[in-house]
Amino acid sequence: MEKDIDAERTVAMAPEMTLPAPRLIGAEGLEDLYQALVAEGYRVIGPAVQDGAIVLRELNSAAELPFGWGVRLEPGGYQLRRRDDRAAFGHSAGPQSWKRFLHPPRERLWSAARTPGGFELSDQAYDGEPPSYAFLGVRPCDLRAIAIQDRVLAQPGSRYAARRARLLIVAVNCTEPGETCFCTSMGTGPGADRGYDLALTEMADQGGHRFLVDVGSRRGAGVLERVPSEPASEAARQRARSAVEAAADRMGRQMQTADLRELMADSHQAARWDDVAARCLTCGNCTMACPTCFCTTIEDTTDLTGDHAERWERWDSCFDLDFSYLHGGGVRKSAKSRYRQWLTHKLGTWHDQFGSSGCVGCGRCIVWCPAGIDLTEEVKALRTERDHQEEP
Amino acid sequence: MTPAPAPMWPARYAVTGRHAETEDTVTLMLRPAGNPIEPPRPGQFTMLYAFGVGEVPVSISGFHRGEVLVQTIRAVGAVTRALCAAAPGDMIGVRGPFGTDWGLNIADGRDVLIVAGGIGLAPLRPVVLAALDQRARYDRVVLLVGARSPGDLIFTRELATWSRRGADLRVTVDHGQPGWDGHVGLVTGLIENAVDDPADTAAFVCGPEIMMRLSADMLVRCGVPATDIRVSLERNMRCGAALCGHCQLGPLLLCRDGPVVSYAEAAPLVTIKEL
Repeated sequence: MEKDIDAERTVAMAPEMTLPAPRLIGAEGLEDLYQALVAEGYRVIGPAVQDGAIVLRELNSAAELPFGWGVRLEPGGYQLRRRDDRAAFGHSAGPQSWKRFLHPPRERLWSAARTPGGFELSDQAYDGEPPSYAFLGVRPCDLRAIAIQDRVLAQPGSRYAARRARLLIVAVNCTEPGETCFCTSMGTGPGADRGYDLALTEMADQGGHRFLVDVGSRRGAGVLERVPSEPASEAARQRARSAVEAAADRMGRQMQTADLRELMADSHQAARWDDVAARCLTCGNCTMACPTCFCTTIEDTTDLTGDHAERWERWDSCFDLDFSYLHGGGVRKSAKSRYRQWLTHKLGTWHDQFGSSGCVGCGRCIVWCPAGIDLTEEVKALRTERDHQEEP
Repeated sequence: MTPAPAPMWPARYAVTGRHAETEDTVTLMLRPAGNPIEPPRPGQFTMLYAFGVGEVPVSISGFHRGEVLVQTIRAVGAVTRALCAAAPGDMIGVRGPFGTDWGLNIADGRDVLIVAGGIGLAPLRPVVLAALDQRARYDRVVLLVGARSPGDLIFTRELATWSRRGADLRVTVDHGQPGWDGHVGLVTGLIENAVDDPADTAAFVCGPEIMMRLSADMLVRCGVPATDIRVSLERNMRCGAALCGHCQLGPLLLCRDGPVVSYAEAAPLVTIKEL
């Protein structure tokens, strides 16, 4: 039976029902917010312009946020562009997602040393205390992506769970969807209604550059107390809400989600897989850029003496031929079987395994596919093929 | 002090016994050298670690005196070769136990039909032992064992004992050799004769995937309901804890939802090429 992530999170939020009303901060308030987070012991991670893209990295100041930068997105294409305002969050998803901090690309699980009687595992396996991150600027789609990874990775006692428990999230409601975005279809955005500590809505218009701040947790309220703010007028709230509502109608893509699970289950033999396999390079970029793809592999290593061994976990991709290695070869040898695995898992069997869809509609896989493969187009084609076959 | 074994943290076991089953297959007896893993159920598997070499999933062939793990390993790669070469006194890392069990209780008061191909007998050994330990609980206990050649048969020392203890044992090899006067042919060829009361039979099948498919299909043709046929599936396993994604088979994560599943669940999946 599928369990509802939203229902679970709502229950978890229940003790924090009586939270402060929304506040308003100015553009300079971002630096105050940054300083408040640092003062509370957080390492602040947020968007910044680097190497021709908006990346996620540890910030030294709110001034490093990408003020005045936007992006132009297309299948297989990403370009920075200048905005005609100073918006700090007027850009949609970049090449990375927050998973690289909660679920690092490479991590040592343990080390071991040979002893006269065998070997001993080292107590210093976990590379010290888990970091306390504050994520500044999490889009609602990415907020849901974090909740989806929680479901897979937040097993009690795990390092993921430890990092997650320390995490503070400052979400930013989306008022600027990109050309490849479809969060509205997936029901993950453009507004966030839970799962954050603070949520900003950016306004950069005739009324000035300012942010509505919604409080989602006690921890968030504590941080906001350190930041000069004023009560948000009803008019300011309305303006912020309608900007987010308007974003819902400006999505660059749509995904028809009705019976999507069934469509995936019914489409194993579809001819469309051959079509997409002819374009797919099986490079795995989509899985690296995807904010929910969680797969890892294990690497056992030794030093030159052979007396010290380590186990590392690193991101893996279902597009890798060795991913399904069994008895001397991969189970999924063809490109079409690997693309099919990725798409049917993401949109279909993820429900069976983890109780929700694995797609949040962020569009990263479309942008960062070197062949420009667009999963919304692939789904459309699979649907057409199935419906065509069902006709008498 | 060794910390309590978390899912990703190997427990240390000492090799206390080693028996060469065939030219390439070895059974190891493993005794805890620190905190033990949780007691396994028949059908579950462990991840076995050879120091400095690597880790592989291996089904559990037995659990003796509440602590000794019996694991049968075939040398097919670097890690399994290192494990097979382990000598008494050597140390092995063990994580687990992981996965689903055979669910032998579906056979209560009914015929137990065990079909094993090659090293597929290893994960079925606990089923045989459990059925024979409580022999009165079941009607017939039939064990069909197939191997490529007489030299590929495992647990040969025990087969006669099992027969004596009340198992209806039938052995076949794909290719005979001089001195072999037993049955020659695929194990699937033994099924039709072995099924007596199909509606009252619970079948436990393990071997190469194609052998399990053909066996299960034959059982279904004989009238055994697919829900009463259990198979043990195999895919690449890396973590054992439903974290790494490698062992997916359609909706299943085989380290968590398998390896043992009913054929009703498995049939639509194993028939899709490259799923």
